[in-house]
Amino acid sequence: MTTGGSARSSTGVGVDLDDLTRVYGTVKALDGLTLHIEPGEFVALLGPSGCGKTTALRILAGLDEATSGTVSVGGRDVTSVPANKRDMGMVFQAYSLFPHLTALQNVEFGLKVRGRERAKRTARATEMLDLVGLSAHLNKYAAEMSGGQQQRVALARALAIQPSVLLLDEPLSALDAKVRTQLRDEIRRVQLEVGTTTVFVTHDQEEALAVADRVGVMSAGRLEQLAPPAQVYADPATPFVAEFVGLNNKVPADVASGRARLLGTEVATLDGSIASGAGTALLRPESVTVTADPAGTSTVKSVAFLGPISRVYVALVDGAVIDAQLSSAQARVFEPGAAVTVGVEQTRVLVVPG
Amino acid sequence: MRTLGRAALWVVFGLFFLFPLYAMADFSTRNLIQGGRTGAAWANLFTDEALYQAIITSLLLSLLTVVAMLVVLVPTMIWVRLRTPWARGLVEFLCLLPLTIPALVIVVGLKNVYLWVTYLLGESALTLTFVYVVLVLPFAYRALDAALSAIDLQTLAEAARSLGAGWTTTIVRVVVPNIASGVLSAAFISVAVVLGEYTIASLSGFETLQVQIVLIGKSDGPTSVAASLAVLLFGFVLLLVLSLLSRRRRRT
Amino acid sequence: MLFRRLRDSIPLLPFFAVVAIFLIVPTVTVLIGAVYDEGGFSLARVQALFTETALSALSKSVLLSGSTALLGAIFGALLAWLIVTRPPESLVRRTVLSLCSVLAQFGGVALAFAFLATIGLNGVLTLWVQEYLGANLAGSGWLYGLPGLILVYTYFQIPLMVIVFLPALEGLREQWREAAISLGASTWQYWREVAVPLLTPAFLGSALLLFANAFAAYATAAALVSQGSPIVPLLIRSALTSEVVLGQSGFAYALALEMIVVVAVVMVAYNLLVRRTARWLR
Repeated sequence: MTTGGSARSSTGVGVDLDDLTRVYGTVKALDGLTLHIEPGEFVALLGPSGCGKTTALRILAGLDEATSGTVSVGGRDVTSVPANKRDMGMVFQAYSLFPHLTALQNVEFGLKVRGRERAKRTARATEMLDLVGLSAHLNKYAAEMSGGQQQRVALARALAIQPSVLLLDEPLSALDAKVRTQLRDEIRRVQLEVGTTTVFVTHDQEEALAVADRVGVMSAGRLEQLAPPAQVYADPATPFVAEFVGLNNKVPADVASGRARLLGTEVATLDGSIASGAGTALLRPESVTVTADPAGTSTVKSVAFLGPISRVYVALVDGAVIDAQLSSAQARVFEPGAAVTVGVEQTRVLVVPG
Repeated sequence: MRTLGRAALWVVFGLFFLFPLYAMADFSTRNLIQGGRTGAAWANLFTDEALYQAIITSLLLSLLTVVAMLVVLVPTMIWVRLRTPWARGLVEFLCLLPLTIPALVIVVGLKNVYLWVTYLLGESALTLTFVYVVLVLPFAYRALDAALSAIDLQTLAEAARSLGAGWTTTIVRVVVPNIASGVLSAAFISVAVVLGEYTIASLSGFETLQVQIVLIGKSDGPTSVAASLAVLLFGFVLLLVLSLLSRRRRRT
Repeated sequence: MLFRRLRDSIPLLPFFAVVAIFLIVPTVTVLIGAVYDEGGFSLARVQALFTETALSALSKSVLLSGSTALLGAIFGALLAWLIVTRPPESLVRRTVLSLCSVLAQFGGVALAFAFLATIGLNGVLTLWVQEYLGANLAGSGWLYGLPGLILVYTYFQIPLMVIVFLPALEGLREQWREAAISLGASTWQYWREVAVPLLTPAFLGSALLLFANAFAAYATAAALVSQGSPIVPLLIRSALTSEVVLGQSGFAYALALEMIVVVAVVMVAYNLLVRRTARWLR
């Protein structure tokens, strides 16, 4: 879900992470992370386990301390401000609801510790639970709710205090697949309505691409690319991003003057590719063309039907298998063992050394 | 600041708990006549006939109790899980019941039962085995239950049986090796309980280690203290080894 | 259906037999023996529970159990908190927990002698204090009376509290603290609004367990106190070993009944409290 840049709410504040480093003994969890988030923007931090995304989030929340670097919110340096004074709302992966309190009391918690008056607290909490669609569950306890419902309460609880920044640490990872999709759209809807600057950490690229304004791909404590989802997908800035986001085929290619030659076709290269010589091109399945050709040197190995699309696995003459994505109507004609010719659509590919 | 406070607390607790143990070591090695140290009290553990016999008796008793407990409890718990799940609540209740019925109460009501026991099995202290099995039930049950819950008993048993194994083989050669940590835990704790048991043994008139220690204590303080410290240290080492073993097992 | 169940239960017979003969029968013997004497059903033995000796022993037992439960609960919770802040695989933690296990559950007689060696008439500490401060720590032999029992019982109540309460502390998830903090709570507010309400049932339940444990304990008192019967367990001892008065063993039944009742009531309350906690602090 994208918004179109100008629709961002003005109620949010900007966030700046400047050259953050976090060292544990000999392990560098964060290595000079620099990131600027616009007010009201929804940024997803995406990466594999251990890339530092959760560390970055926790340092932003104040639950962890950076070894060096600064954190600023709304232009104010909050690096040394304790976590409970940072005015941020956080949603954890699981089990963060207080088990001895009802949903309503959980949502009221942040307001209670701020000394808000009871009537106002309850009104605001009820409003928040209504926003996430749980008005019927005010007096239920965590144990009486499903995982999805618990996370919605957690979201309502985080938003009840009107935080300047909303932080979500893999909030959907512990949920079933179907609930995950529903809830991620829900989170985005709520965020657009309230307009809070949001940082969302996940290892699931589909999630990140689906809901964020911009996606920050991280690896080994560094930020590889920070860009809108479409750009991260089509224009990966580094080999890591190209490989981590979406599927890739690795095909040998020859580069000369900004053009790459692979699979009998010539296409343009992306910035970051090698300048010349032999390398490996990262080719997306949807850019591979498969044509029936009795004289073709490639053979269809298998076809996996996935509903609207199908994956056709083709063995090349050198034995390598590549994966082509076709609409199921097109893929229907291919049987295992059929002779075909593969080609590349006109697209830009990243060619890496090796 | 916080770390300092915590360290101070550790020291205070450490002193409170370790000092009496140190005092036992000191007391039992004191040479009252000439001053300085002597190992006489500790040597008594082997040279004093009555005490030595009591030690042997108690060790034998703990061994018998462990064997009896395992023979009775392991098949029972496995059988309940596999064939009679409706009895599980009852078995659990009975196993935890000894926590609610003090040993003192058991020994008061044991007289009639023991008339039969001594009639059938003689007057040896080893007849205490049966009562001790009851006493260790709560601890053994918890250890075995945890171990059994961690494996897929149903599948293991079915696989063994489908390959032709009888129930004994299934239990002894298939299930038990997989709950080894629970078995060991139950065994070690049972040994510690039996070695430390005094109530039933003394009020039934048997001369186990603890009974003997109290008896000797009236006339020979240092020896009693030495024996007590020996039992405490032995129990501590047992449980520490168990704790270290269970860590190693968890890694595999 | 019933027949099949009975047939399936046959392998369970050894277990039921052992439990029946060595646990159920003695207990039932006590229950019956308390209300039956040579002449048939009679409440005479139960009435003996209200004599001055018996009531005095009961009140001292309650005092001993209550005070050591309270001391054990408070200091034990504190020690448990110290332990839980150490990493789970640490050697210190395992050593301390093993020591707690030994002292709490298997140390009865040994602990009596431990304190004899420390503050008995010839105890190590007694002699030190005498030598350096000129004071008589052992005094009139207070170790062998109720005050001494309170001290020694506390020595095993604290480790027992650690063993029983530690799981509850471990069940206190870090996410709750972090959630509370990120919502703006100070440490004090977190404890007051989250940790304490969650831990209270477990704390009270554990304290009850400590009470039952002290009330039923025999070995330590028997080893320390050779004359006199200040508490109920020792009164039972004298009733069983006394060669003096007829009907004394009947008195033992009544006292044992009293003990069952007290401990059972406390354990039922403990179970009710703990069931609530188990839901929250899994």
